[in-house]
Amino acid sequence: MSIVSRMKKQTAPSTSGRPEADSSAPLLEVENLQVEFRTRDGVAKAVNGVTFTLEAGRTRAILGESGSGKSVTAQAIMGILDSPPGYVTGGAVRHRGVDMLKLNREQRRLMRGSTVAMIFQDALSALNPVFTVGFQLGEMFRVHRGMSRKDARTKAIELLDLVRIPGAAQRVDDYPHQFSGGMRQRVMIAMALALDPEILIADEPTTALDVTVQAQIMKLLAELQQERSMGLLLITHDMGVVADVADDISVMYAGRVVEQAPVSEIYDAPAHPYTKSLLESIPRVDLRGQELSVIKGLPPTLTAMPPGCSFAPRCYMAREKCGQEAPPAFDVAADRISRCHYWDEVHPA
Amino acid sequence: MSESSPGGGAATKTSDPAFGEVPKAPTERARSLWSDAWRDLRRDPVFIIASLIVLAVISMVLFPSLWTSGDPRDCDLARARQKPSWDAPFGFSNLGCDYYAQAIYGAGPSIQVAVFATIGIAIVGTLFGVLSGFYGGLIDTVISRLVDVVAGLPFLLGAVVLLALMQSRSVWAIVFVLIALAWITLTRVIRGTVMTTKNMDYVAAARSLGASDRRIIFRHILPNAMAPGIVVLTIALGLFVSLEATLTFLGVGLRAPTVSWGVMIVQGQSHVLSGYPHLLLVPCMFLVTTVLGFILMGDALRDALDPKLR
Amino acid sequence: MSKKSAKDTPREENPPVDAAVVPDGTGDATGKDTGAASPAPDGAATEATAGDGAGTPAAGATVTETPRASEPVAPPVLDKGENVLEVRDLVKHFPITQGIVLRRKVGAVQAVDGINLDLRRGETLGIVGESGCGKSTLAKLLIGLERPTSGTIKVRGQDLTELRGGDLLAARRNIQMVFQDPYTSLNPRMTVGDLIGEPFEIHTDVVPRQGRRQRVQELLDLVGLNPDHINRYPHQFSGGQRQRIGIARALALEPEVLLCDEPVSALDVSIQAQVINLLEKLQDELGLSYLFIAHDLSVVRHIADKLGVMYLGRVVEYGNAEEIYEAPTHPYTQALLSAVPVPDPKLRGMRDEIVLEGDVPSPANPPSGCRFRTRCWKAEDVCAEETPLLQVRENSRHASACHFAQKRDVVHGSA
Repeated sequence: MSIVSRMKKQTAPSTSGRPEADSSAPLLEVENLQVEFRTRDGVAKAVNGVTFTLEAGRTRAILGESGSGKSVTAQAIMGILDSPPGYVTGGAVRHRGVDMLKLNREQRRLMRGSTVAMIFQDALSALNPVFTVGFQLGEMFRVHRGMSRKDARTKAIELLDLVRIPGAAQRVDDYPHQFSGGMRQRVMIAMALALDPEILIADEPTTALDVTVQAQIMKLLAELQQERSMGLLLITHDMGVVADVADDISVMYAGRVVEQAPVSEIYDAPAHPYTKSLLESIPRVDLRGQELSVIKGLPPTLTAMPPGCSFAPRCYMAREKCGQEAPPAFDVAADRISRCHYWDEVHPA
Repeated sequence: MSESSPGGGAATKTSDPAFGEVPKAPTERARSLWSDAWRDLRRDPVFIIASLIVLAVISMVLFPSLWTSGDPRDCDLARARQKPSWDAPFGFSNLGCDYYAQAIYGAGPSIQVAVFATIGIAIVGTLFGVLSGFYGGLIDTVISRLVDVVAGLPFLLGAVVLLALMQSRSVWAIVFVLIALAWITLTRVIRGTVMTTKNMDYVAAARSLGASDRRIIFRHILPNAMAPGIVVLTIALGLFVSLEATLTFLGVGLRAPTVSWGVMIVQGQSHVLSGYPHLLLVPCMFLVTTVLGFILMGDALRDALDPKLR
Repeated sequence: MSKKSAKDTPREENPPVDAAVVPDGTGDATGKDTGAASPAPDGAATEATAGDGAGTPAAGATVTETPRASEPVAPPVLDKGENVLEVRDLVKHFPITQGIVLRRKVGAVQAVDGINLDLRRGETLGIVGESGCGKSTLAKLLIGLERPTSGTIKVRGQDLTELRGGDLLAARRNIQMVFQDPYTSLNPRMTVGDLIGEPFEIHTDVVPRQGRRQRVQELLDLVGLNPDHINRYPHQFSGGQRQRIGIARALALEPEVLLCDEPVSALDVSIQAQVINLLEKLQDELGLSYLFIAHDLSVVRHIADKLGVMYLGRVVEYGNAEEIYEAPTHPYTQALLSAVPVPDPKLRGMRDEIVLEGDVPSPANPPSGCRFRTRCWKAEDVCAEETPLLQVRENSRHASACHFAQKRDVVHGSA
């Protein structure tokens, strides 16, 4: 709830002192992003050197397990990192050439919702239970655009229509709990789209939903993205969803992007042992009797990272070098990197 | 069945009596909610100060001779209202008794009232809270309505009326009245936590094994539901100390010749304006420090036991 | 209210087979291992009841209860062997009441409405469906956390719904559950030894007191955990390890049926395979039968031999898992399967995608006739008037509860 209310608290735009945007620069460019969590148990490098770009109309998936840093990356881009304990300690997040990390609080706040918007996994807790859906949607327009109550309501209905909620004109006066899980997620999407953002970050948008509802929501997201040619950053752990919707993919493990590539290439010929093992360990609905390979062990604790490659203790092909030297980002091909010393041995598969 | 006690001990133990053998020393120290809390508390200055106060007060109750060689009842009117001196750091009371000795011995009845009343609400509150939260239905409806009725009574008014009716001014009468009016707080807390805990998967898991209600309550629910209750009880200890003084002051509590802080405040207040403010200030200081000690301890416990802060 | 009568006919054919197999089965069970297995008299008693129960009463009951089952459903006979679990016409309606003092019933949530299932030794039956389909209620009924409104649950021939007290306690040993969330299903105040040893404290005759610690360590070893960690608390373990503890606890009483309620859905992707492989290994080693409840259809496909698809309290398609995945005939199954994303970008846009409209109706007021008809693209008038029976339809070998059942491949790409 707090995140949404923070998003909504924007006031009339005042762009004074804001660097000029360069429309030829990439829509979103993240460079060497570093995020630390300072906890009682020590400093955890939750995000360690994440670099990628996202162009308008494209979908980039950030794939990872819990603790891989994928959600923290999203929060850092959005500027809603819980601080303390989280701190962005380095790197840049550029929107059309403007580094958002260098903007002041006010300028940053203005970008939330109108430039970058986010939808969350748990729609029920992200919506305020004591106001109607229409009121919450309308509030965005009243506060940001200074619309009248009546106009805001009309806009709210339009938005509910946009996300294909049947009977939008009636449902606008319903409270969040009166919506089903899938419909609530649609309301969340409507709220995120209210101010026409250029970048939409979806943090596990369908994880809490049933599979048929997931299909509905992913279809809706894909359609809306095409219509408005937004850049979509999809944070997920589901390799199936990624294969269905993403153009590019960044695979994260223990705070680092271990592999980054166009989606078709990564599934065909992974260039990192983690990606490869992951693909072999998930059962598929269209295959019978496949052998599930197992990734031994557990992800490392971020406060006590192993020296060298963080995946080495679990890697099937780890060698001496892996335990000593952290692998840099090797260029596997154009638009394609792998952080494995022996990527060329994984790659041919 | 060898169910462990519901108290805090159950949580930190590392061996299981059920195995019927002397367990080998655990390979490493087990961590639990209570041991984690203890680790935090040891480093918390508030908790350390609060426990020093509480320990001091408890030692006054159990071994007053450690603190003073004087006798609170050895009074000599000739010394009445003498000012503080080296021999008598707080001077002498209106009746010529050693005021320091009185303050030390005065801890006894005050703390007795608080401790017994707290034990009382611990028993009544836990019992009703568990019955209400675990079984629900009619039992819950009856207990909850009863709680509402008692909560509707103004506490002091209820206590004054009850004590006035009882005609007795003993420690036990006050304990009884405090229990009768204060059990509801703990009942509510325990009821709430029991209702939450009851729906946990591990309770369902135990049930699916065929565990009896008794096992589920004592083994699964109480150990997990007690933490907030213990915080309430710690704070209640402090509040009861001050309530004893309040009731005494209102004339329905303890009476001289019993020596308690409340009695001392009653007797001391009449001499404030005649130039002896310390006769009021001394018992007040003891009272306030003690109450503060318990309440701070409760606060520190609450923070340390709150899993959300971890 | 036509219950899916089902299975009567084959039930009548089966008894001789069952009766013959029963003693065999019990022998297996006790022979599994552990010198500490229950003493002979007890085992004998179980055998006797199992033998009795398997035969007459069940068949008789089902036949009389559903006399108007004009087209009895033949359950797909997949393989030979003893039914360790038989569910017949299982119904659970939760009353909706109003008023505090004078409660009156104003309706009922039809969470489970006439379910028939068979599970054989060593077999895995997958139950899939979405939230609100009744699969969690089904699990609670089977494990004894809820009492059914009607119907029978037979575990090795003993009807759990008829037993009470000590007999029920003893019979329950044969069906144990692995819970979904390893973080909430283990009491945080108990050590691993206490947790896995608790079944022995409740069922005191299974393992003698002095042997329990050792037995717990054996169980830890069995599920791939270090037996020396017996004194640790659950929060000292990772999610996957906790799920192993949950599995060890469920195995403590040597059940024949393990009910797995979404056992891997709370785990990370790279950990899921570890637990799935453990479950498969245990099945091979101990001859367990699994009832695997899940919404993750990929996992179910991997592990299940037989499949039941649930929608709004009823089974809409039932039979050989392989057949259903390859050629589902019920529209709901088709929609469900087509919605599962496949981790292969080459198949994008190549698969037969069915995106359902709307939401699942309330189980307090389900649609008449076929419950799926309100969202079905094939629905016609007959669907509202007549409840389709779960039976084998034309061109298909497994049972489907659709008037217009038709094969359709939805999981594979088609060029």
